[in-house]
Amino acid sequence: METIEIRLENLTKVFQAKNKEETLAVSDLDITIPAGKLIGLLGPSGCGKSTTLYMISGLLKPTSGKIFFGDSDVTSVPPEDRGIGLVFQNYALYPHMTVRQNIIFPLENIKMEKKEAERRVQYYADLVGIGHLLNRKPVQLSGGQQQRVAIARALVKEPRVLLLDEPLSNLDARLRLQTREEIKRIQRETGITTIFVTHDQEEAMSISDEIILMKEGVQQQKGAPQDVYDSPGNMFVAKFLGSPPINIFDGEIKDGKIMIGNANVGRVEKKKNQPVVVGIRPEGFKLSERSSFQVKVEFVETIGRDTTLIIQNPKASKDQANDIENEDMNRANTFRAIVDADEKIKPGDSIKLNVKPHKTFLFNPETGELV
Amino acid sequence: MLEEKHHFKAWLYLSPALALLLVFTFYPIFNAFYLAFLYNFDYMQRTAEGMTFTTEGINLFHNFRRTLQDDLFIRALINTLIIVFVSVPVSVIISLLLSVWLNSIKRFQGFFQTIFFLPYVTNAIAIGMAFAVIFHREYGLINMILTSVFGMEEGLNWLGRVSVDESTPAIRAWFQRYLNLPMLSLMVFITWSGLAFKIMVFLSGLQSIDKQYYDAARVDATPKSRVFRRITIPLLSPMIAYITITSFIGAFKEYTAIVGMFGIDLGPHGDANRLITIVGLVYKSLNEMDSVGAMSRAASAAIILFMMTLVLTLFNMYVSKKRVHY
Repeated sequence: METIEIRLENLTKVFQAKNKEETLAVSDLDITIPAGKLIGLLGPSGCGKSTTLYMISGLLKPTSGKIFFGDSDVTSVPPEDRGIGLVFQNYALYPHMTVRQNIIFPLENIKMEKKEAERRVQYYADLVGIGHLLNRKPVQLSGGQQQRVAIARALVKEPRVLLLDEPLSNLDARLRLQTREEIKRIQRETGITTIFVTHDQEEAMSISDEIILMKEGVQQQKGAPQDVYDSPGNMFVAKFLGSPPINIFDGEIKDGKIMIGNANVGRVEKKKNQPVVVGIRPEGFKLSERSSFQVKVEFVETIGRDTTLIIQNPKASKDQANDIENEDMNRANTFRAIVDADEKIKPGDSIKLNVKPHKTFLFNPETGELV
Repeated sequence: MLEEKHHFKAWLYLSPALALLLVFTFYPIFNAFYLAFLYNFDYMQRTAEGMTFTTEGINLFHNFRRTLQDDLFIRALINTLIIVFVSVPVSVIISLLLSVWLNSIKRFQGFFQTIFFLPYVTNAIAIGMAFAVIFHREYGLINMILTSVFGMEEGLNWLGRVSVDESTPAIRAWFQRYLNLPMLSLMVFITWSGLAFKIMVFLSGLQSIDKQYYDAARVDATPKSRVFRRITIPLLSPMIAYITITSFIGAFKEYTAIVGMFGIDLGPHGDANRLITIVGLVYKSLNEMDSVGAMSRAASAAIILFMMTLVLTLFNMYVSKKRVHY
């Protein structure tokens, strides 16, 4: 299978409602997606990631900008001529056809010779692990199986690009874990350039070669998942990635020291005195007697090898995006610190925390940009 | 105890509906069967010479046999079958195509939807009269088009009396007798007036089909005709089955359309009963109430109609079980 690179140039999509109200869904996107890689398009709902995917598929026409597959400009090429496989969020399996009929459908459209078509159906059904279910109807399959059928149907015509729209959103937690590994395996085996859309940062981070983080139609950051996690370009990226999410404090830079309230949590060189937002990853704390950052532990959660301390601090901020995962932890002015489970800490204890410099990020409180 | 109380309440609440059903549905059905097996029933005197199956020397199906020997019944039967097997498929197919077209246009959709739905809220007799004018020999729209646009010398006598030339070959005579111009006009009328409801049902069915199926088909380069055949039709099949079954039943009972277009003579002027149907025949039997056995023959005709409808509906349901994807 040939693999191709996808390039988006100044891609913009404006939706116009009936009352002439315009919504900017995707704004000026400039992305190169390397050939043969698995790319996760990540962002909160309404950030334009699905719109981007559907523009790449050709089902949506961009308002302006260009899309290249390899060297050829496909912006005005209809979806059927782009050579793409698309897996829909709800799979869109034809309910009246068997699994076999569903998978062979794209091949019948191009009038492929029957024997070869049958062989391919079996090959791709086996690849996604549903080779024994060919005579079932979609309703007789579990969500995970349906999803694999949808992938097989997208792959069977051996497209140049595979696009997946929230492929795991309909699966339960266990299947999700299993299926995302499966997607990665299939992508590795076929080497097909794959783009998938998700709002789940963990999902994106665990299987993507690269992630592209979007917000309100604008690309925020692109890179290998760990790189983006380790060096977020702005506050949005820092907040969006990570579970439990990053802790956010109102702080300031004073004479080269990072201050949260009266506590010094680190130093910075060559920065003038200014108020800043201090982001510290939960794993960025260390118990230390030699720290001025003294806090009182409110709750203690021990799960397996980690202990999570929930700590109240007047400078810690409560933020919507901060608590995507755990709503019950959505309490005002608390932050979380993950420490070794060996540390015996009880609620009510007063402890001193050191902060790891590479887990600490400083942002401009107004713009959210890195200081 | 509690159970019984509930039973009582259930029956109590059902009783108004049950009373109406008993008086206007179940009793007439039972009565029709009863009448059909009475021998020499005199409606005026309310007397009969017993039941057909108790009277010696009389066949059990005496009334049915006499009905089937009646030329007028045979004509009504053939007319009914023509209406059923021509108008139903034609109108189902036309309405299906129209609704697919309606569903695919973006502008004026509401406007056309209203236009197509108008016949549904219009009185059948009124529509029939309008059609009688459209098909009029001298002033009708159709003949006007035929003569001015298609250059025919004179218009066709759409609603005029039919003369059957018995000297022509049998098949030709059969066509003259049954598949004639008045029948064609009637068929156009029945088909047209049945479109509204069908289009409404099909359109709502089409609009409830998930658009993603079409997106998926598009990405896979599915030709339009194949999308229609392999996706639209199967996903619409529950509606198609419903419409087909109810339309067949409705067509078996056709009567008002003929009255609307031709009046109570059920045929062109001077050619009464040319387009008579079984229901028309049963209704007309009321004129012969005073003749002995007429009511029983009418009842037997009604039962024959019922049996035909039943068989066809069962067949329809059998087919849809195999072909319909729910």
